[in-house]
Amino acid sequence: MRENLIEKNVDEFLLRPNLLDYEGECREFRWEDVGREFEGLPGGGLNIAHEAIDRHANGALSDKTALLWLGQNGERKTYTFGEMKKESAKFANVLKRLHLAKGERVFTLSSRIPQLYASAMGIFKNQNVLCPLFSQFGPEPILQRMLKGDAKLLLTTKKLYEKKVRPILHELLDLRYVLLLDADEDENEKTLSYSRLMSEASENFEILPTDPEDMSILHFTSGTTGTPKGVAHVHKAIYAHYMTGKYALDLHPQDNYWCTADPGWVTGTSYGIITPWLHGVTNIVDEAEFDAARWYKTLQDEKVSVWYTAPTAIRRLMRIDSEPTLEYDLSNLRLIQSVGEPLNPEAVLWGEKKLKLPIHDNWWQTETGAIMIANLISQTIRPGSMGRPLPGIVAGIVHVDDEGVLSEVTEPNKEGDLALKVGWPSMFRGYLHNEEKYEKSFVDGWYLSGDLAYKDEAGYFWFVGRADDIIKTSGHMVGPFEVESALMEHPAVAEAGVIGKPDQIIGQLVKAFVSLKTNYEPSDELRRELIGFARKKLGVAVAPKEIEFQENLPKTRSGKIMRRLLKAREMGLPEGDTSTLEE
Amino acid sequence: MTIDKIKKAIIKNILEIAPEVGEDEIEPNENIQRSLELDSFDFLKILTAMNEEFRVEVPEKDYSQVDTLEKMAEYFLRRA
Repeated sequence: MRENLIEKNVDEFLLRPNLLDYEGECREFRWEDVGREFEGLPGGGLNIAHEAIDRHANGALSDKTALLWLGQNGERKTYTFGEMKKESAKFANVLKRLHLAKGERVFTLSSRIPQLYASAMGIFKNQNVLCPLFSQFGPEPILQRMLKGDAKLLLTTKKLYEKKVRPILHELLDLRYVLLLDADEDENEKTLSYSRLMSEASENFEILPTDPEDMSILHFTSGTTGTPKGVAHVHKAIYAHYMTGKYALDLHPQDNYWCTADPGWVTGTSYGIITPWLHGVTNIVDEAEFDAARWYKTLQDEKVSVWYTAPTAIRRLMRIDSEPTLEYDLSNLRLIQSVGEPLNPEAVLWGEKKLKLPIHDNWWQTETGAIMIANLISQTIRPGSMGRPLPGIVAGIVHVDDEGVLSEVTEPNKEGDLALKVGWPSMFRGYLHNEEKYEKSFVDGWYLSGDLAYKDEAGYFWFVGRADDIIKTSGHMVGPFEVESALMEHPAVAEAGVIGKPDQIIGQLVKAFVSLKTNYEPSDELRRELIGFARKKLGVAVAPKEIEFQENLPKTRSGKIMRRLLKAREMGLPEGDTSTLEE
Repeated sequence: MTIDKIKKAIIKNILEIAPEVGEDEIEPNENIQRSLELDSFDFLKILTAMNEEFRVEVPEKDYSQVDTLEKMAEYFLRRA
């Protein structure tokens, strides 16, 4: 392992890193000090939009580019902090005019367009809660999330509305308004034109006093059982966003920062919207999906200096036999961070060889709100490891016994549950409407992440696997239950068991095992029908990529499908303990 | 090899991987992934199937040259 270490020579860096002495910074760090980086609202309290946009717009950064947007058809637009302040104020006034009350949830369903980013800030300004949906969800996941999150208003486009929302509209009884981003006129008194409302709205908006503990964002995350859970975050999370922007992303005022994540997932909001702006840094957003040539060109043309991306994209770049640094001028690039799933050591080393920069892996979750463990620009990389806990974060490997008693695993390289000591500001404050589940996530002052890991003798953490059946595909989580339930709605399906099948590019792909009701025979045609059925219902981000028919699925004596066994069989691994298997 | 034969094969492979798509939804000059809502994994699978059929491998750097039905058909016609 040791010969693989990537040592750093800070003297060769383009900029002096914000963190040089890891141990010292960890020792001295106090969360209260981060508060000094913020201005606070004139009327009291802390609001994300004020700290990310307005305080810069009111000062020296007013004319600096906040958002640099690249459209999928080659458009390029820039918005200054001053302009973002006005646009977000207008949207806040729209929400106010529509009588959206403090704490009420505003859902967004859109591709990465500039209005989405300004509106997010407008939602914070009016003290509503931003609930971003991924535009590749189908009607079913959208319905589940909107019902669970008590959606009052949805911001979307005409096309997405027609395809995914209109079919479920009759079930969304509490939804008061749909705002269509690209409609010139109102459709009816409930479905309104965004541009019409914006044109009538004032550019001034006074943010009312906001408690740092007020809910700001609700993301949804998949569970092994039941429908997705709403993960509630608060305005104070910006303490952690600011800290991680400083240490993990090493943001400096002159940076051009590009985060490739979609705001439908937590990385796309925490790091694709909020963090760069807290630091007054130019945030680059590309509307288009992954395209190797386009991405390299963007890194070059926009002089990207800090790049936050994902293993799936890196592994696709690795498939090209080329010398990117000869074909493109990547000389401005000084830091690459990656998140979504563990980055394999080959990818870290590929970065060093081909991009002349190693790729830094880091770890966090929807529940943690911000990066918790990371490889840092100034520190040695152990390829394959997620790095070390950031200042202010206490991570440990723990074991919880059958009685529910927690003990910390202190022996190096010994596997256990990856846990975090409670107290960091971006920790989730609840699973919406599920207090019991929230309570269960904590034992003795530790948050249990559900990931299995170990810590080596140098304090670096290494990912081992999930403690549950949750599937990680293309960097996002899919709950098997959600997929199984959708399949079960097809008349031919008797039982369904869903697993993550290892895949070289996307980490895991969603694979379903299906047994059929009597009178139905397995066939290619039926397999296609089921795949189409699931894709229509769930959307491409969640639906299974493969379906395999089996006469009977392995079950426990109590009738629960044993996904673990399906997975072991799929991978040709030992079946482990099968004592509970139904005979 | 005719361009129509290649187009038919592309459509067949799209429908195999995304059976929910109606054949009439496939517009010749629209971005395949975006207009039909396929993810990049689906798109890779379409290209893999096309490679098996026509023995033409599309390297990752050429993906922007095969992003519509028309462009993909021409790309394969030139190389098959």
